[in-house]
Amino acid sequence: MATRSRARRREMDIDENEIITMENVTKSYSSGAPALNGINLHINRGEFVFVVGDSGSGKSTLIKLLLRELTPTEGDIHVMGYDLVKIRHGKIPKFRRNLGVVFQDFRLLKDRNVYDNVAFAQRIAEVPTKEMKKNVPSILAMVGLAGKYKAKPRQLSGGEQQRVAMARALVNRPAILLADEPTGNLDPKNSWEIMNLLEEINEQGTTVLVVTHNPEIVNEMKKRVITMKKGVIVSDVENGEYINED
Amino acid sequence: MRISTFFYTFKQGIRNIFRNKWFSLASIATIGACLFLFGMFYSIIVNFQHIVKTAEEGVSITVFFDEGIEDSRVEEIGNLIDKRPEVSKKVFVSADDAWNSFKDEYLGEYSDGFTENPLADSENFEIYLNDVSMQDSLVSYLESLDGIRQVNRSEVTANTLSGMNMLIGYVSVGIIAILLAVSVFLISNTVTIGISIRKEEINIMKYIGATDFFVRAPFVIEGILIGLIGSAIPIGIIYYLYSVVITYAAARFNMLSQLLNFLPVGDVFATLVPVTFGIGAGIGFLGSIATVRKHLRV
Repeated sequence: MATRSRARRREMDIDENEIITMENVTKSYSSGAPALNGINLHINRGEFVFVVGDSGSGKSTLIKLLLRELTPTEGDIHVMGYDLVKIRHGKIPKFRRNLGVVFQDFRLLKDRNVYDNVAFAQRIAEVPTKEMKKNVPSILAMVGLAGKYKAKPRQLSGGEQQRVAMARALVNRPAILLADEPTGNLDPKNSWEIMNLLEEINEQGTTVLVVTHNPEIVNEMKKRVITMKKGVIVSDVENGEYINED
Repeated sequence: MRISTFFYTFKQGIRNIFRNKWFSLASIATIGACLFLFGMFYSIIVNFQHIVKTAEEGVSITVFFDEGIEDSRVEEIGNLIDKRPEVSKKVFVSADDAWNSFKDEYLGEYSDGFTENPLADSENFEIYLNDVSMQDSLVSYLESLDGIRQVNRSEVTANTLSGMNMLIGYVSVGIIAILLAVSVFLISNTVTIGISIRKEEINIMKYIGATDFFVRAPFVIEGILIGLIGSAIPIGIIYYLYSVVITYAAARFNMLSQLLNFLPVGDVFATLVPVTFGIGAGIGFLGSIATVRKHLRV
């Protein structure tokens, strides 16, 4: 009896520690084979996870489901305690404020300077102006852009723009950071700077999920690697390596 | 909502106008052009109606009584006429009034030779109508009354004015329909351009966790401001043109001043200004809502 209750407690501890849970998730579009087919994925708080795979393997669909841009055709998704299948439309903004997101193409507001791009995330979260004036310079210093707060995105290099995007994603101290091909448009030097920054953020407690095509980075960093192919997870390995399909 | 958020939203709405100045100019020009046409057309129509109405008010029916009719019967007929809905005014003209008026107008000093009133049987009612198209029904009614000898009416004037009223009605409906169709086409084109400019920005806002309200509010404020600016410009132009035209017409066509009885600027603009600003703000509001709405489900 005592053994069973210990086991139950351990199971609950594991559940509480899980920040992303996908159970039997299938996503089909109107035509063709499903983009995701019966995915099961469990990610704990504080983990650093790579998701790799060829084009069409379902990585982008996975990210869109975690952002609640899409809903699954079948299955359950829980992120930070939110049931993403049942969540009401009005609750989605609050959910997203706890979820930093970085894209390959940076997606900065082009007509606003660095400071305003980062401050925008704080305004959306209705952070008081006084706090915002402390938080934004502090996060810009962390990503190494304190001196460029007045610059417009077009005046920055690709690496700098990606760091602005990361500052914006992190300024509200999200529990999870989703990065969709964050180094896709960057040279190797800038790519490593971004990856080092992501690792630093992870060490401070943020769960980081990175979708990438870059084998060097994946192989070098020795993190958990989830490999996808044709909508299913084909391998999920701690300290894994990039599996080259060729 | 925090006060700082409200002011931020309002400021963003104003800044949006300058950020996308070509789009803003295109929108202002589109709304301005539509409202200019609307305003011009409205001014012409209300003046036309005013001129026709003034002419209608001058059209009268004259009712003569049987010889030797008693005063009490004349009074009864007067009461019956007052109850008719098509009658706007009724004037009793006694035989003496008729003779005096005739003397003054045609005879002058030559009237001294008359010892009796030659128009002894010409006392009458002059009846003015609300709407000349009702003349026939009133005449039929009057002819059916006892004690009435003759009913004089102006058939040609009444028919012309009545036809003119109908024509104005048809032309109004036709031009308003064309204006609406043109406005909808122009505005939907401008909105489509707006969507392509804003699509990415709206997506970014939604990914970061902006509420629908937070995304929509600056666009709505921008839309309303564009609508109001787009209304103010044609109002100003029409005000200037209207003043110039009525001053010119009064000076150039002095002989026709009785016929070309234009409404004063104030009378036209008392309705035109609020309606134009209302339509402008409404178009801006609906246009911006439609622009953003499609992209909120991210």
